[in-house]
Amino acid sequence: MQQIFIFIIKNSHRLLFLLLLVISLGLTIQSHSFHRSRVISSANFLSGGVYEKINSFNEYLNLRTENDELVLENARLKSQLFGIQDTTKPPMIDSLKGVKPKDIIISKVIHNTYNTHENYITLNSGEKEGVKPDMGVINSLGIIGIVDKTSPNYSTVVSILNMKSQINAKVKKSNHFGSLTWNGKSTGYVQLIDVPRLASVRKGDTIVTGGQSVIFPENINIGTIENVYIDNKTTFYTIRVKLFNDMTNLGHVYIIKSKDRQELINLEKKEKEDE
Amino acid sequence: MNSTLLVNIFRFIMLLAIQIVIFNNMNFLGYISPFPYILYIILYPVNSNRSGLIISSFLLGLTMDMFCNSGGIHATGCVLLAYYRPYIFKFSFGLSYEYQTIKLNDSLTPERFSFILVSVLLHHIVLFILEAFQFRFIWDILLRTLFSSIFTIITSIIIIYLIKPNKR
Repeated sequence: MQQIFIFIIKNSHRLLFLLLLVISLGLTIQSHSFHRSRVISSANFLSGGVYEKINSFNEYLNLRTENDELVLENARLKSQLFGIQDTTKPPMIDSLKGVKPKDIIISKVIHNTYNTHENYITLNSGEKEGVKPDMGVINSLGIIGIVDKTSPNYSTVVSILNMKSQINAKVKKSNHFGSLTWNGKSTGYVQLIDVPRLASVRKGDTIVTGGQSVIFPENINIGTIENVYIDNKTTFYTIRVKLFNDMTNLGHVYIIKSKDRQELINLEKKEKEDE
Repeated sequence: MNSTLLVNIFRFIMLLAIQIVIFNNMNFLGYISPFPYILYIILYPVNSNRSGLIISSFLLGLTMDMFCNSGGIHATGCVLLAYYRPYIFKFSFGLSYEYQTIKLNDSLTPERFSFILVSVLLHHIVLFILEAFQFRFIWDILLRTLFSSIFTIITSIIIIYLIKPNKR
């Protein structure tokens, strides 16, 4: 017994080190595993509050670009209102079409990362506004990500620039499905994998969200096809998609509440129980 | 004794604040960002309490992880660096380092530089390996480690010179 105590006292540094190392490695591995989410996230009182303060300062510096974007959006909406179609420009599809306004929570990005392999975004609305995990996040240009963790006032979002994210998407013209992933390289491009060889895809075609996902409504813009190549292992198409969104510069976003979602999940659960 | 404790607490908070407000937003070429917050571990008094260093480094890393949404990668890097710090001292300053009074925030000698270099490299390689977590990114990891280390060392040395108390 005494020897055990002596051993512990003698090696206290080493034991402490091993304990903390195991804890931190555990946190790391847990954050990399696909299904379980991180324990420590920036959706909390301390870091959310700090990021909100920093963001309110940065907003002043970005007022000009924010204004320019608003003017552009205004012009586009006005031209839609008065029915004048500019045929020389590619039609900008309203990504919010088909979503009722009451199903949307307007929120603001207060922190955004894009330089790691697993990127997260922090938003300044949380459970008080009705944000729940697994809601879709979009802006006027296209999709941004999926809500991951929430706290009373803040929430974190798994960005589409995250190697863990997988979103159902399709080629708009031909309705062929694939899943949208990111290879961790360029912030302007994502990859649409597992598209069947039958699909006729051409450079410049639009990629939109597919209907198989319960998170996003169908036909929300993602990007255009940049180039297409065949995966050697699976012999499916892999498509490099140029995003409409500039993921390095995000301001106001919309969080989509899907009312049918709970119904769908319950239905699928029942189906599984019956088997 | 008390003043060293206060100085360390102050350093802990200040370095974290500077890191989160300024250096986390720096992205040279999209992926190179310096991490001078590990100066806390580097500048911790040489013959002070070792358990205290390991625990406070763990907290330092954990706070960084909270702000970066990165799981536990900063905590792992910091704990490893804190534990292996005496060995790096031995490597850089020779075996009898405990008998001399090593002052890191003084003029830059080759020994001090090599200590900072090895510490930063150790921390960064652990950080980027755990961040990528896949072997196929090995070149990416090495490239990021190399460039980020260079920037961290430059900013660290600048910070050391800025906070150096001027006696003369």
